[in-house]
Amino acid sequence: MNQQRRSVCAGALAGIASLLLGATAQAKAAKERVIKIQAKKFVYTPNRITLKKGEAVVLQLTALDFTHGFNVPDWKIRADLPPGQVTTLHITPDKVGEIDFLCDNFCGDGHEEMNGKFVVVE
Amino acid sequence: MTDRRQFLKLTALGGGAVFMSGLYGQALAAGEQDFYFVQLSDCHWGYKGDANPDAAVTLKKAVATVNALEVPPEFIVFTGDLTQTTDDPAERRRRMAEFKDIIGGLNVKNIRFLPGEHDASLDMGAAFKENFGATHYSFDHKGVHFIALDNVSDPGARIGDEQLEWLKADLATQKKDARIVVFTHRPLFDLVPKWDWATRDGDKAVALLMPYENVTVFYGHIHQEHHQKTGHIAHHASKSLIFPLPAPGSQDKRTPLPWDPAMPYKGLGFREIEADARDGDFEVKEFPVVKA
Repeated sequence: MNQQRRSVCAGALAGIASLLLGATAQAKAAKERVIKIQAKKFVYTPNRITLKKGEAVVLQLTALDFTHGFNVPDWKIRADLPPGQVTTLHITPDKVGEIDFLCDNFCGDGHEEMNGKFVVVE
Repeated sequence: MTDRRQFLKLTALGGGAVFMSGLYGQALAAGEQDFYFVQLSDCHWGYKGDANPDAAVTLKKAVATVNALEVPPEFIVFTGDLTQTTDDPAERRRRMAEFKDIIGGLNVKNIRFLPGEHDASLDMGAAFKENFGATHYSFDHKGVHFIALDNVSDPGARIGDEQLEWLKADLATQKKDARIVVFTHRPLFDLVPKWDWATRDGDKAVALLMPYENVTVFYGHIHQEHHQKTGHIAHHASKSLIFPLPAPGSQDKRTPLPWDPAMPYKGLGFREIEADARDGDFEVKEFPVVKA
């Protein structure tokens, strides 16, 4: 399987602890809850994801049919999701609330509905 | 003496188009460089859905309303999403051909086009270029420098470094107090990022524009009238000609506002923009699809 692990680093983050790289990230991932997210026109599955405040999780994102985007504006993180690759993001939410994510690479008639939500609880 | 601005205000208050017509002629005869143009946006030709059951005739009615303006505009600009997107390249071109056929009915033939993401993002602007020409360009009209920026041919909503370099070079030809108007489709600033109402590198374009004292941006994409400033730069979003969208960030999703059978075309329209040579201002007047 042509699967490549990608890590994404972002600058100033609001509401999450960190995004880690390389071996450190892989070691950390072993302790983190893994959440797999699939992206295809025009839906993320799942598109409503409950997280616990302070819980370290790793998102493993896979696109099936297009280089969709994955953008979480409130956390100032985004990534392109090339088909055939697993894109990995490490997050630790530090505030409760609802956080929107969306595809920000225009992918067709239905793109505007391709979004989802993290629900961060105590 | 009543000036162009005053007569526009009178017109807005119901002063009437005849009065407008006469004064406009006087202003030009006196050698003023006042002029006005019309902005139409987000026609989405090819859309079929409940948000506009009259989609097959809305653009045609807008064309008729523009043609009925007492004083014809000096030019017309379409700020993107001329057509509804489709995965089928042949269908995309068919919709663009139909759009061109309809707007061919405009009496004014000086027309400028910009792409929206529905026109250009799935083929990097190929079909748009075939039908409407370049996706970014500049031109001058009666003392105003107009710049059309493409922030949609990249599906990731980037202007891109190459176009930004072109913008930098184009701006270098202008004095710092030049009157500059920018046309674009998406907002150049982060209006509502969670609704994809942004340009990923729009801040770089705004940074290039900031040293210039008189910059005004007219854009589309958000399907409603909206006005916001970044520093001294004013950004004016236009209504659409297909369906209105909710006020920025006012609800969870950016779903179209429902069609009101009692008030067809509510929330849709186009605008006149008057360039006043004496004070450098631009005045905006909104029009409905169908004149009441």
